[in-house]
Amino acid sequence: MSNKTQVGDIDRSLYDFRYDEDESDFLDSGITPEIIAEISKEKNDPDWMREFRLKSLGIYNRTPMVEWGASIEGLDIDNIVTYIRPKSRMNTDWDSVPEDIKNTFEKLGIPQAERESLAGVGAQYDSELVYHNVREEAAQSGVVYTDLESAMHDPKYADIIKSHFMKLVPPTDHKFAALHGAVWSGGSFVYVPKGVKLDIPLQSYFRLNAKGAGQFEHTLIILEENSSLHFIEGCSAPKYYEAGLHAGCVELYVGKGASLRYSTIENWSKNMYNLNTKRALVEEGGKIEWVSGSFGSHVSYLYPMSILNGRGASAEFTGITFAGEGQDLDTGAKIVHNAPETSSYMNTKSISKSGGKSTFRSLVVIGENAVGAKSSVNCESLMLDRQSRSDTIPVIDVRTDKCDVGHEAKIGRISDASIFYLMSRGLSEEDARAMIVRGFADNVSKELPLEYAVEMNNLIKLEMHGSVG
Amino acid sequence: MSQLLYVQDLTVSAEDKELLHGITLSVGEGETHVLMGQNGAGKSTLGCTIMGSPEYAVTGGKIFFGGEDITELSADKRAKLGLFLSFQNPVEIPGITLSEFLRGALEQVSGKRMKLWDFKKKLKAAMQVLDMDESYADRDLNVGFSGGEKKKAEILQLLILQPKLAILDETDSGLDVDAVKVVSKGIEEYRRSVGGSLIIITHNDKILSSLSVDKTHILADGRVAREGDGQLAFDVLQNGFEKYISEGK
Repeated sequence: MSNKTQVGDIDRSLYDFRYDEDESDFLDSGITPEIIAEISKEKNDPDWMREFRLKSLGIYNRTPMVEWGASIEGLDIDNIVTYIRPKSRMNTDWDSVPEDIKNTFEKLGIPQAERESLAGVGAQYDSELVYHNVREEAAQSGVVYTDLESAMHDPKYADIIKSHFMKLVPPTDHKFAALHGAVWSGGSFVYVPKGVKLDIPLQSYFRLNAKGAGQFEHTLIILEENSSLHFIEGCSAPKYYEAGLHAGCVELYVGKGASLRYSTIENWSKNMYNLNTKRALVEEGGKIEWVSGSFGSHVSYLYPMSILNGRGASAEFTGITFAGEGQDLDTGAKIVHNAPETSSYMNTKSISKSGGKSTFRSLVVIGENAVGAKSSVNCESLMLDRQSRSDTIPVIDVRTDKCDVGHEAKIGRISDASIFYLMSRGLSEEDARAMIVRGFADNVSKELPLEYAVEMNNLIKLEMHGSVG
Repeated sequence: MSQLLYVQDLTVSAEDKELLHGITLSVGEGETHVLMGQNGAGKSTLGCTIMGSPEYAVTGGKIFFGGEDITELSADKRAKLGLFLSFQNPVEIPGITLSEFLRGALEQVSGKRMKLWDFKKKLKAAMQVLDMDESYADRDLNVGFSGGEKKKAEILQLLILQPKLAILDETDSGLDVDAVKVVSKGIEEYRRSVGGSLIIITHNDKILSSLSVDKTHILADGRVAREGDGQLAFDVLQNGFEKYISEGK
């Protein structure tokens, strides 16, 4: 493959071509086939993708709004085009970035240049060099790591993308999957050949730093037989978008005996509706491990799904959700056991404070053919005050009696006795609370790469700041 | 000896019920006091109130430490002034190791950052005094510790944090003979290396035998029923409370 770094390509986001146009052109209409056609043209879509987008738009228009779970009333769905119009791009200036976001950057110690990029203003942070090096190292082991748009045009990958793109998450899945199919832009394509085990984790962080990526991005990862990969998505610094909708899509194909770890820390700005869809298909003896940290957004719907499709396939889900003031985070996971001797393990923690609401929702399906399947679900919630809410909605659907299924849920509050104990050793009330929360989150942070664990602890500390009142 | 702690006519309530009705006592620098009394007499209430537990409300009187009025101070500020309470039932904190907790606490009370290497050395030395397996340092704070291990961990904190005054609330109760010996050794080490003051709440003379007790206070029904020298503690343990409480009245 070419050594040329492709990061610049991401700038050709679907918004750029509208950059100079008058927004009012679109304000009174929904998304039209003309808009989609223009996106296709701008991106130089192959024919099949152009048709795919238009078909998805049709599905989007026919599909009713999501009406369960957290309220998304604040999302201006009749004017959905406003979420994909140019104003949502980065032509805002630093002064218009909300104070809390700026302060967070400050406290996380992120350099000004990167702050501006993360906040969606100013020049793109120069992460190209790091990104380039990672790509080089991956390429040496035969791993393809590139952006989806360029891969689509590469004759070597065109077919594999066509045969996998939105096959796991079809546009018919739900309204926002359809929207994604119509307007997706940016994202990663990773292909790991048979038997290749990549030691360094690949991070989409560098990609998301690129202008315009990250709102409707598509991640497609294919692991061939007996290969392994660790992919890290997002970063713990808050990403600020004026337009408050994120409808990304992640599709992971884990081949026979392959193993994929997919880690995410997301800290969207608190005006964001995060309606994301992630799914993995795991073949015989393969393994998917999800590590998921949800800190940001105003409303989230996020339930990574694992389909265990071959004998002995396994899934592990470790997640933490932290809902603060004004946040309603509906998160969890879905696991479908569709073959014998498959196993799954789910371990989640949710924290709510200052009136935040966190809901844990899980679905475990054990199909008729999943003889000898094992599943264990463990969820714990911690509410930091009386205004906060925590719900647990586990669903288990078992179609065979030859399986082993367990579920455990715990909901608690921080006890006054614990606070007093820590304070009697010199910790301030705030530090005492932060320490308890950090301890509560510990088995999740242990799963994260070190620098992310450190950042997550910083985040917890930040979120806890001012929680004593 | 100069006065370190002075509790002046202290009344304390919890949930609108008065538990302590005007307690006065004073502890000098380097002194060892024993606080005794039957269950419910108010010993733990007094200990926790001196430490600043928000569970108890001071409705009258004052607490002075090193000449400063600390009645209104929060527990962390008292800890920074050099107060320490060894809890009867130490709380379990999952996900935080004993070592990381202690290092954080030491930083708070000493006000300076200690190099990890130096801290580990200090911790190791203190653990040796207490016959504690080093692996405890990496275990979650008090989680899954036996009763004896929890009490040892409290004394370990005492040795690391080196307060000016430590209140030991039944640190010896529920321990077997060997564990009491180890805990006593830790307390002696504290006396030797720090020379701080002690208020020992106990029902047991074993922990006292190796210490020279300066003063004994006997509480009954939330009042100081009787005070005396160190010998009084041993007499009470031998003959029971009744005699001494009624004499006091």
